[in-house]
Amino acid sequence: MNFTSLDSFLAMGGHGLYVWLSYSVGLLVFIIAFVSPLLKRKRIMQELTQLQRRQKHMRTPNENTESIN
Amino acid sequence: MKWTFFHKLGSPKWFFDISGKLLPWFVVTGILLLVIGSIWGLVFAPKDYQQGDSFRIIYLHVPTAILAQSCYMMMAVSALVSLVWKMKLADIFITSAAPLGALFTFLALFTGAVWGKPTWGTWWVWDARLTAMLVLLFLYFGVISLQSAIDDIQLASKATSILVLVGVVNIPIIKYSVEWWNTLHQPATFKLTEKPAMVPEMWMPLLVMVIGIYCFFTAVVILRMRNEILMRERKTKWVQAFIFK
Repeated sequence: MNFTSLDSFLAMGGHGLYVWLSYSVGLLVFIIAFVSPLLKRKRIMQELTQLQRRQKHMRTPNENTESIN
Repeated sequence: MKWTFFHKLGSPKWFFDISGKLLPWFVVTGILLLVIGSIWGLVFAPKDYQQGDSFRIIYLHVPTAILAQSCYMMMAVSALVSLVWKMKLADIFITSAAPLGALFTFLALFTGAVWGKPTWGTWWVWDARLTAMLVLLFLYFGVISLQSAIDDIQLASKATSILVLVGVVNIPIIKYSVEWWNTLHQPATFKLTEKPAMVPEMWMPLLVMVIGIYCFFTAVVILRMRNEILMRERKTKWVQAFIFK
């Protein structure tokens, strides 16, 4: 362990601003990289499910008018 | 020679199935290694006798910069495969990897600038290494916008592949810039042929971070490729069946 206290750890020998600025932007980049495809996956699944439903409606209209009520 | 393997590898459905099984392992390993490496580098690694604690930015900067370049090399290999064999998966990889490459190139430039301030006394200099890295960022932007500008998927794939291949000349410039020209940027920390110039307590966390960022990249690229496959193959039976499940 290099640091004797939490304060000295945060201060990073006077370079705290630079070190923590780098690592916080870094964390943000990693979160964006990981979360954005997950959100997109959700959107795609919704969109494709809707598309599939609509296509079924067109193919068998009678069946679907029954199932609505 | 058996070509069935090669064709299987190029099939989106085969990739979708196998990548789904591998994905959790890459996610867990990647995140775990990145967390361990960061804590190791920030807390336990000894400080540099010249730079003090600001050198700890290395544990983020170097892995990011390595990935930013090798992502481009992987795209170049895919571009060649895409042009020669018209393999769908190769083009899907390029589409999925380019935004990640841009993101990590940005991070490499940003952490470099923030590290440069206390070390060189300036955020930015127009030196060879930095300028070539900026060119890499613009190459990624070019690939992204070219691909989205052309509606016809096959034409877009061809044009993008050619752009990616032309841009490859930038990679050796980045790599050797610190040796060819006098520059502020320090030479490479890791070389395959030599022992690292650092003590093990310093380079071990760096190695953990490099492996971690590769695992993380693999995981995220798989996520993106699966999205891309679902969209492109949405009319096929197997995707319809997958969604209905």
